[in-house]
Amino acid sequence: MSRITKFAGRDPGPAARMAGFIAHLRENGLRLGVAEAEIAMAALTQVDATHPNESRRALRAVCTGCKEEAAQFDDLFDSYWMDMGRVRQKVVPTAKAPTSDDVHSSRDAKGADAGATGSATAPDGADGEAESDGTGKLIATERRNLARKDLRDLVRPEEIAEAEDVAHRMGAALRDQRSRRRIAARKGDRLHFRKTIRASLATGGEPVRLLRKKRPDRTRKIVALCDVSGSMSVYSRVFLAFLAGLMRADTAADAYLFHTRLVRITEALRDKDAMRAIGRMSLMADGFGGGSKIGPSLLRFADTYAKRFVDGRSVVMILSDGYDTEAPQMIGDALEKLGKRGCKVIWLNPLKGWAEYEPVAAGMSAALPHLDVFKAANTLADLAALEKDLVTL
Amino acid sequence: MTWTDLKSALADEGYVASDDLAVALQLALSLGRPLLLEGAAGVGKTEIARALSVVKDAQLLRLQCYEGLDAAQAIYEWNYQRQLLTIRAAAEDGETGKAIEDRIFSRDFLLERPLLAAITQDTPPVLLIDEIDRADEEFEAYLLEILSDFQVSIPELGTIKAVTRPIVILTSNGTRDLSDALRRRCLYTYVEYPDRVTELAILKARCPEVEARLADQIVGFVQKLREEELEKTPGVAEMLDFAAALMGLGIADLTDDLNALQSTLTTLLKTQSDQANVTREVAGRIAGKAA
Repeated sequence: MSRITKFAGRDPGPAARMAGFIAHLRENGLRLGVAEAEIAMAALTQVDATHPNESRRALRAVCTGCKEEAAQFDDLFDSYWMDMGRVRQKVVPTAKAPTSDDVHSSRDAKGADAGATGSATAPDGADGEAESDGTGKLIATERRNLARKDLRDLVRPEEIAEAEDVAHRMGAALRDQRSRRRIAARKGDRLHFRKTIRASLATGGEPVRLLRKKRPDRTRKIVALCDVSGSMSVYSRVFLAFLAGLMRADTAADAYLFHTRLVRITEALRDKDAMRAIGRMSLMADGFGGGSKIGPSLLRFADTYAKRFVDGRSVVMILSDGYDTEAPQMIGDALEKLGKRGCKVIWLNPLKGWAEYEPVAAGMSAALPHLDVFKAANTLADLAALEKDLVTL
Repeated sequence: MTWTDLKSALADEGYVASDDLAVALQLALSLGRPLLLEGAAGVGKTEIARALSVVKDAQLLRLQCYEGLDAAQAIYEWNYQRQLLTIRAAAEDGETGKAIEDRIFSRDFLLERPLLAAITQDTPPVLLIDEIDRADEEFEAYLLEILSDFQVSIPELGTIKAVTRPIVILTSNGTRDLSDALRRRCLYTYVEYPDRVTELAILKARCPEVEARLADQIVGFVQKLREEELEKTPGVAEMLDFAAALMGLGIADLTDDLNALQSTLTTLLKTQSDQANVTREVAGRIAGKAA
């Protein structure tokens, strides 16, 4: 490595730099406590710290805690130690740099992709073909929306509180599944022999107190996937509030956004401050309101996250209008894969509320055979009304 | 011992670790912190604990986690049957209450489970907590207490403090999110599928009798196969099975006999749809590309 670090000679020393690095990681969303800085220093003494790659490996082992963080770490390490001039991503879009009066250009000063962060964006496939070519305004668009929308403008805190209430009732409506194992319980259907014998020691080996066990209830887990493509932007306000409410009401729930890519927003939405959670989500939903690739997004979900987070106890809830720019068969394949994991699939389509709606969009009709529930939902009241469908699931 | 020494010591035991993993292991050893390994099934997460125990000449204690795992199976349990028998026998001998009580609540009647066993060894053992993501969240809390204090309190007996600190390795397949508290206490490494050079080294270390050309083909084939869209991507163990199967059938070149190749694919492809997707022609194409 020939690049030199950005620190001047008058710098107070390695400890201060290390503290700065930990602060830098913290600002970029890694959860690090005070103790980590200490361990990080200790770790550096164990390797040859003058070699950037060795320090990088050591610090990665100490400072990261999950796969996403490990993937992000290299960039963060470079931006702090290697002086690549990258600055921390701001939550709010920064004001445009003033351009010279003599130059008149319609192009953005830093190129078309100035708002995005290199590795996090993937280009659209050029070969995808629009499925429906009608003249309505709800056609799926291929274009990725480069302007980053701040979702905080869309969602108000009161709505989140309302949605939280709806999500609470929804969770309660999902019938618990019962486990096969039995655990100790005051009112159980069977005798708990181990505990009974243990208790009988106190009475000289005579089982005076009979202890019982029962099958515990295992709660259903909601996994929500929300389409935030252009055609859905009218409804996204309701759905995003619902997602935020859901995550606050149910600690086991899981949430994703998709447009042309799939993003997991569970971590972001777990933030204690509801508005800050929405802010973090808007950072991750880069490309929000752009084109839609439902099939590939669902396939990606089925192949990656679903393997980790979806099982027989999950209820997968898809919030989308089904207008896709990719082959409709992909949606069918993805849902079939999901179904094999034993989960229930609910599709909530805002368009279904329209008077003479028929699921004619090719994507939607490919999805229909794999759905357990297919309902309309475009307001919070509609979501709340789902309760009775969930009871029978 | 530096991490390069550790890496070569592991290689001598047949475990080829990546640089990242070697540094993380070295730090876990020198800082006395647990190491959390995540990664797809079959990348050698469990194997690392075995290799490390051989290198460190330490006992390997393994705790396989599953749903419903509780303290009685992970930490300790009283041997109730024996206690009961002792009480009955003592009653016939006319022994008094206090004496029996002292006797039946002694270490003799304690069944040590892996976590308690790990902290009471004379030499530090390697404690492998396998698939921690399968255990319930309540169990994580128990684990945190032991991993931070290295002591276990038993109400009838008092607190048992660690004689030596075990080398703790946790593995997770990521079926659920682990708590932040647990992640914070551990060093972390994500174990990827090995690259071509590393995998070749693994094959040479494990099956030295495979000829260089065939070894190259096997590794190339498996690496290409991982790029295909499969439901279950073959891991390192599957690759070794595949090599063994080829050796057993006496195949010297993958591209020679497509039927024989197809029949050995049962060692790599573990679902019905994967086997249906990788037909004779597909296998032949991949083998051709890999050669």
